[in-house]
Amino acid sequence: MTKSKKTGRIPKSKLLSYAVNAGLLLVFYFLFFALIANGTINRYSSGIMTTMFINIILTVSLNLVSGFLGQLVLGHAGFMSVGAYTAALFTLYSGLPITIAFPISIVLAGVMAAVFGVIIGVPALRLRGDYLAIITLGFGEIIRVIILACDFTGGAKGLRGIPTILPKGSDATSLALAKYSYVFWLAVITVVVIWAFVRSRHGRAVIAIREDEIAAEASGIHTTYYKLFAFVMAAFFAGVAGSVYAHHIGVLDPGKFNFDYSVEILLMAVLGGLGSITGSIIAAVALTILPEFLRGFEDYRMLIYAVILIIVMLFKPSGLMGQREFSLSGLAARLTAKKRKGE
Amino acid sequence: MTMKKRILAALMALAMLGAFSGCSNTGNGGSASGGSDSDTIRIGGLAPLTGDAASYGVAVNNGIQMAVEDINANGGIDGKQIKYIYYDEKGDTTEATNAYNKLVQDDKVVAIIGDVTTKPTLAVAQTSQQDNIPIITATATAAEVTLTGPNIFRACFTDPFQGELMASYASEKLGATKVAVLSDMADDYSSGIAEAFVAKAKELGMEVVADEKYQDGDVDFKSQLTNIKGQNPDVLFLPVYYEDLRLISAQAKEVGVTAQLCGADGWDSVLTDNFDSSVLNGGVFCSQYSTESTDERVQNFISTYKEKYEMDPNMFAVLAYDATNMMAQAISDAGSTDSQAIIDAMAALEYDGLTGHMTFDADRNPQKSAVIVSIQDDTYKFVENYDPEA
Amino acid sequence: MDFLTQIINGLGQGSIYALVALGYSMVYGITQLINFAHGDIIMVGAYTTYVMLIMAGTPLWAAILAAVLFCAVVGVIIEQVAYQRLLNKNAPRISLLITAIGVSMLLQNLYQLIFKSDAKSVSNVLPSFPIPVGPLEISSVTLITIVTSVLVMLLLQILVKKTRIGKAMRATSEDAGAAKLMGISSRNTIAFTFAIGSGLAAIGAVLYCGAYPQITPYMGSMLGLKAFVAAVLGGIGSIPGAMIGGILIGVAESLTKALGWSQITDAVVFGILILVLLVKPAGLLGRNIKEKV
Repeated sequence: MTKSKKTGRIPKSKLLSYAVNAGLLLVFYFLFFALIANGTINRYSSGIMTTMFINIILTVSLNLVSGFLGQLVLGHAGFMSVGAYTAALFTLYSGLPITIAFPISIVLAGVMAAVFGVIIGVPALRLRGDYLAIITLGFGEIIRVIILACDFTGGAKGLRGIPTILPKGSDATSLALAKYSYVFWLAVITVVVIWAFVRSRHGRAVIAIREDEIAAEASGIHTTYYKLFAFVMAAFFAGVAGSVYAHHIGVLDPGKFNFDYSVEILLMAVLGGLGSITGSIIAAVALTILPEFLRGFEDYRMLIYAVILIIVMLFKPSGLMGQREFSLSGLAARLTAKKRKGE
Repeated sequence: MTMKKRILAALMALAMLGAFSGCSNTGNGGSASGGSDSDTIRIGGLAPLTGDAASYGVAVNNGIQMAVEDINANGGIDGKQIKYIYYDEKGDTTEATNAYNKLVQDDKVVAIIGDVTTKPTLAVAQTSQQDNIPIITATATAAEVTLTGPNIFRACFTDPFQGELMASYASEKLGATKVAVLSDMADDYSSGIAEAFVAKAKELGMEVVADEKYQDGDVDFKSQLTNIKGQNPDVLFLPVYYEDLRLISAQAKEVGVTAQLCGADGWDSVLTDNFDSSVLNGGVFCSQYSTESTDERVQNFISTYKEKYEMDPNMFAVLAYDATNMMAQAISDAGSTDSQAIIDAMAALEYDGLTGHMTFDADRNPQKSAVIVSIQDDTYKFVENYDPEA
Repeated sequence: MDFLTQIINGLGQGSIYALVALGYSMVYGITQLINFAHGDIIMVGAYTTYVMLIMAGTPLWAAILAAVLFCAVVGVIIEQVAYQRLLNKNAPRISLLITAIGVSMLLQNLYQLIFKSDAKSVSNVLPSFPIPVGPLEISSVTLITIVTSVLVMLLLQILVKKTRIGKAMRATSEDAGAAKLMGISSRNTIAFTFAIGSGLAAIGAVLYCGAYPQITPYMGSMLGLKAFVAAVLGGIGSIPGAMIGGILIGVAESLTKALGWSQITDAVVFGILILVLLVKPAGLLGRNIKEKV
């Protein structure tokens, strides 16, 4: 990895690839925008795309803790539920028009989930490994039970009638476009922020903790601080995903955010490769779409998942991408290198 | 190594694009107008066929399929055969919404029978507001379901209806003055009925001596039952599903609860192989139908179902059978597959089914009388038709 | 008096947790693996009991024997196929834990496919009648459950402390490398531990069927989690600890419900876990684990 000096100047080649990526991103965005607008992608497909982007946010954020920090978290769905309920309650009761309330609710959801991240992270992160996994599982369950036991969250009934993100009476296509735009850019922001974080000094500290916590501490890294920071950041984005989810589906069911759901997110992160953001994205996309093609084999779906999970762990525990990242320039470099060799 | 990962997403998405547009055919079909070819009418189904709620979903799906076969064997709807297209939604709101969109957009169904449990049904109901597609749920009991929009109907009783009915019954027919309740707090069916029961019981002047709860997945109820026993109620109301009921009733006996047990339609199909039902003897519940009914169709249904699926039909299957027939009759009455026409026909429907004679009220809930059934010597005994005086 | 009844209710349930917790504790002691699939082994045991007792109509002793043997075999197969490779490679614990979750999912879904998802009833596995003890009446099922688990724990304690294989187990858990140098086959020891742990789960399964005569493919997950909490509470790796932890969790649950807070029972159980982990991470009877640098 080419490293610029601390002056902060970015090398030209890097600048170029930023520009290329940003350009491609825009092309991608407008391409799909157009396809949804003219109806080539119908609501069924765009609905799945929304789920897909939500899963990307969840998987990438979980990867920050489980992949880069190396701490297994089994309660990610708990943070998502905090965000989902916060956002839904806000849009339901704030009285603001939905076009204003929804963006605010996204931020609120993230902040509230982050607050829970601090509350849970401070005690939990004193533990590590299996114990941390179990304690986050415990906290996830506690959040679920509390949501069930409270009145303002609707208890077992959950929350209903959460407004969609456009005012009532908007037509289906604009709604699909609005959802797509929100969730697309939220996913982009999540990925960019986490990517930038991981590549920063702070990110390297986090990775150092994964590699050897004691050595990291010995070399002066404030491990507790960085662990908490990564943990809270992941919680924040899980909350953001929750907000979008709540307004996408319109109904919140406390039972949805259980241990199984946390495992499903973990599954995506693991299959993609713990420590690889591109891996997470690929896995989230694949595992969201795959079941739609497997309709008709529903009985076997979870069985197949389980077998895949075990096999991957046995033979390629690092997942699809390991800790590598996919990049165009990397790919181009490799292709040209091969060509040269061939010649 | 920059944010090129986005590009990968773009590539993936491009690859998908092919797949998506492949399965979405002509795309923006939207409403149900294009839903019938010359000789078939497409009807969609949504049910949890895997996951925790699978046993309910499978029964509903069986009931619908039987109804469709019967209708098709008898010449279909005005000569058109029904094509039944269903998807598993795994009891999940997201999956239900996706499956709903697929039914409406890809499969172009004219009407939907589903969903089975309350929350996915609510999610579907909310999404369906854009399409105004006629939907009837066989078994989603929460009052809010049909209130979501004028296109949602239901074939079963609502939670409040059953809770109030059984409170009246306990007071009027069982002569109870002290009642206790044990319900599943994580289940909206159970807690919904319990809430209505408690409110009505107080209104009727009965004393609610215990309002105990348990959590989804609990198997030990002895602590709550010991508390209840200490209060010595006349009636213990258990608005729970049959699987929990088996454990609760056995433990109630073990703990020594002597109160009269009663419950709601979730009790149906509590009797099963290897379940020692002596612990439930004398228990009463309100049901949508009676297996002892002299109606030939009911008996036919029961025997055909047993033969076909090698299990006893339950309330879910029966309601699904009725719901399908209601929808078929409404399509026939409407004389077209236009959404609004079907909805109007549905609202005006008068139907005689396995669960009795019914019409829809203004909130699109069925108006029919409840049957009180008791459990005696491992069988369901018809007690009476019961309509509480308002 | 009601209070005493509630305590006894808790003891009954706690004994089952304890039996399951023993398996967790033993396996963890030797392999440092949270065998997430352990809860599902109970489910396997319960279905074996169901198949033997109800479908094949065998007497109870045969059903118990079959359940214990079958579970032990399944336990060993899981260890050989899913875990051994990772254990040998000294793979990161996160991979082991994820594999265990995978095995758990596999068992649940396999059994759902075979037996369908609806609950199966298994009434009257154990003779049920009230036994008067002073002013109280204790159900025979509860009594059998408590007595059996105490007996099993004692037997296990003897096995671990007095027998050759028990010594091998303790040696391996103390220092696997040194044990190997002393000629102890860690592979055999680990396999044996899995067999014993799974066999215990089968006994737990039979008792479970006696107390809660209904089984589903998902019955193991919550039970397993709570048993795990019990094992951690008592001090993972410790046999009496697992017993004490199980009973404490059982009683805590029972009392929470008795006080009318049944809504938050699970929160209380996990709350206890969190408190214990924070205050005394090694559990009540556990040894402190040294951090290796």
